[in-house]
Amino acid sequence: MSETVLAQQNSDAILSTDGIPLKQKLARTTRKLRMRAFLLTLPLVLFLVVSFVLPIGQMLWRSVNNPAGSNVLPVFAELIQDWDEQGLPDEPVFEAFVKDLQNAREKREIGKTVGNLATRVNYEMPGTRSLFTGTGRKINKVTEGPYKEALLKINKKWDDPVIWRTLKRVSRDYTPAFYMAALDHKYDDQGKMVPADDLYQIYVSNFGKTLWMSAIITFFCFILAFPVSYLLSTLPMKASNLLMILVLLPFWTSLLVRTTAWIAILQTEGVINDILVFIGLVANDSRIQMIYNQTGTIISMVHILLPFMILPLYSVMKTIPPSYMRAARSMGGTPINAFRRVYFPQTIPGIAAGTLLVFILSIGFYITPALVGGEDGILISNLIAYHIQKSLNWSLGAALGAILLVIVLVFYWIYNKLVGIDKLSFG
Amino acid sequence: MKLSKLLLSTVVASGLMAATSLANAAGDITVVSWGGAYTKSQVEAYHKPWMAKTGNKIKSEDYNGGTAEIKAQVEAGNVSWDIVDVELSDAIRACDEGLLETIDASELPDGADGTKAADDFLEGTLHDCAVANIVWSTIFAYDSSKIKTEDGPKTVADFFDLEKFPGKRGLRKNPKSNLEFALMADGVAAKDVYEILGTDEGIDRAFKKLDSIKDSVIWWEAGAQPPQLLADGEVVMTTAYNGRIFNAVAGEDKPFEIVWDGQIWDLDLWVIPKGSKNKELAMDFLKFSTGTEPLAAQASYISYGPARKSSGPLVGKYHNKDIDMGPQMPTAPDNLTNSVQNNFEFWADNQDQLSERFNAWLAG
Repeated sequence: MSETVLAQQNSDAILSTDGIPLKQKLARTTRKLRMRAFLLTLPLVLFLVVSFVLPIGQMLWRSVNNPAGSNVLPVFAELIQDWDEQGLPDEPVFEAFVKDLQNAREKREIGKTVGNLATRVNYEMPGTRSLFTGTGRKINKVTEGPYKEALLKINKKWDDPVIWRTLKRVSRDYTPAFYMAALDHKYDDQGKMVPADDLYQIYVSNFGKTLWMSAIITFFCFILAFPVSYLLSTLPMKASNLLMILVLLPFWTSLLVRTTAWIAILQTEGVINDILVFIGLVANDSRIQMIYNQTGTIISMVHILLPFMILPLYSVMKTIPPSYMRAARSMGGTPINAFRRVYFPQTIPGIAAGTLLVFILSIGFYITPALVGGEDGILISNLIAYHIQKSLNWSLGAALGAILLVIVLVFYWIYNKLVGIDKLSFG
Repeated sequence: MKLSKLLLSTVVASGLMAATSLANAAGDITVVSWGGAYTKSQVEAYHKPWMAKTGNKIKSEDYNGGTAEIKAQVEAGNVSWDIVDVELSDAIRACDEGLLETIDASELPDGADGTKAADDFLEGTLHDCAVANIVWSTIFAYDSSKIKTEDGPKTVADFFDLEKFPGKRGLRKNPKSNLEFALMADGVAAKDVYEILGTDEGIDRAFKKLDSIKDSVIWWEAGAQPPQLLADGEVVMTTAYNGRIFNAVAGEDKPFEIVWDGQIWDLDLWVIPKGSKNKELAMDFLKFSTGTEPLAAQASYISYGPARKSSGPLVGKYHNKDIDMGPQMPTAPDNLTNSVQNNFEFWADNQDQLSERFNAWLAG
């Protein structure tokens, strides 16, 4: 029965003027439209790929890529992998090592020099750089085997199996070493992963500090922004416009200017301390240290990030009709109860948007802590910058950046579970 | 008569043309150095005479040391710095990593007294990729209007003595020179500093000494900061590059006093980043500026010792004051009694690890 109906429907399918079934024709037209819409977004897609996907991809790749060994010692890098890590490697391995070093020394190609290898090995075995560069300078004297003896003659330290174990690891194309370093771990002499010495632990605690300070900053932003946004949304137009300009003016001012303004205000010879000393609250030689520490970072970051909390809150509060509160009051609710049970729940999408924005922005904040953070007020981004600009360990910087990215994604996911991203409202 | 006039004018005209064509062929180079009083001394002693002599132009840029910018430029294949003034350990490391052009020391001009360049330069000042111009030093200084010179600090141990000299201290935000300084203050003889620093106990000992003043330290990064910190009264004493303090005293009449005990001296060298677009010109500038006279001339603007022996006798007085420059140099015998040379090999080996520990220590 149903089969015959279906057959009948097929034969009766409505045709368009050019004889194609209408359904098919419709699908074709919508596909065309969709293609056109996609073409319109193409510049944006390309922009996102070039400015977002590729750099992040490159960062992730750099954090595991380990080219020094195979770049500088191409033959040796393959041979050493067969070594059983007992005693010293065999003569052919030494021969390859010496010849590769001679080659690298001769070509002096950027990124493929003995110095690059020395730098890489020095990350895992501090204090060995001069062994490599020093040997590199003398390596051309070695003209014939046995190469093991020749190398040991240049420097006795080559007798240490730990160096060869490290070289074996360094010669692999990919390495977890930078992630280990970023999580305060290292290889011990046997090649096992162990926690770094206490005195050298810095990253995990700094990740913790970054999250903790971001939470504090978000909290203060919320406390300060809520009443301001409420005023903005309830005051008469004229007054609220003026207030809005007061909120937006700093928002439009350069970050750098605002941070330096805080330096002028908070430093020991600054405005606040001068006033305190002038009115006699503080003695001249015991001025309060309010900047170049965590306090300075928190104060200036709260100020800088405040608009990111105020604006979403305001846009949500603006849509809450004042009559709701009046209704709640007229039904006998106390002001507190009416606020708690009627007004506040309606502001949650704004709060959610504001806190997410401020929190994620603070996690990656760089300029302000760099300028006013002193030594204990710096965040993880400052350590990343240190490795990119100063120590030149770009791979470690990349690993730290990748971990930071994962942390942000995890927070986003938790947030989505708790609040629901679709409930966010930026106005 | 007429003919000779014609001849003369032709000669003058062709001479002028040759001059203009030379000027057209002339190029610009970017010279990068440490800024402030130091760059100024180089501008007076090297840049101006070289530009006058060759008709080329120099763009002067400042930086705070390290090889990060050089590495970034070379690896990106877009080298905009033609010649850079770097510390010895950075010169060696960058050379090993292939970031610098090699420099043939035999091309350097002989000294003014005819000594061959190789003999004229102080020992250890010529390297595969670098030629030294000056000897400088990390010393500490105080403001004699706040602490009287008679009972002022005399030794490096006094720098760490918060009871005798209360107040903030300025230190460079870098383990280099601070660790040596701390050990010497803790009683280690200058000659043993690096041997002890090579052991774990030695490093612990240095950090422990630094710990004793950690809460009173203001950290500086640029060489121009320490004299400013002293002048602003932010610190009572600070480590500094000796020439910066000298210039604040000689040029700006600041009442600063240098303590030479425990000074850590080092070299500054010219290097040419690999792939410099004006390599020839940069090399010409390098040869010119490390000549006997320019090096001696620089010493009349800032108290850094010339890297050539033949410049020594030419060093006279400060350029506009009656101050003998000789005793102001890090290399003056009186200043060298308790001193140590920065050990570039130690720092090339241990900079990464010690920076890590230093950063952890700072944040803790």
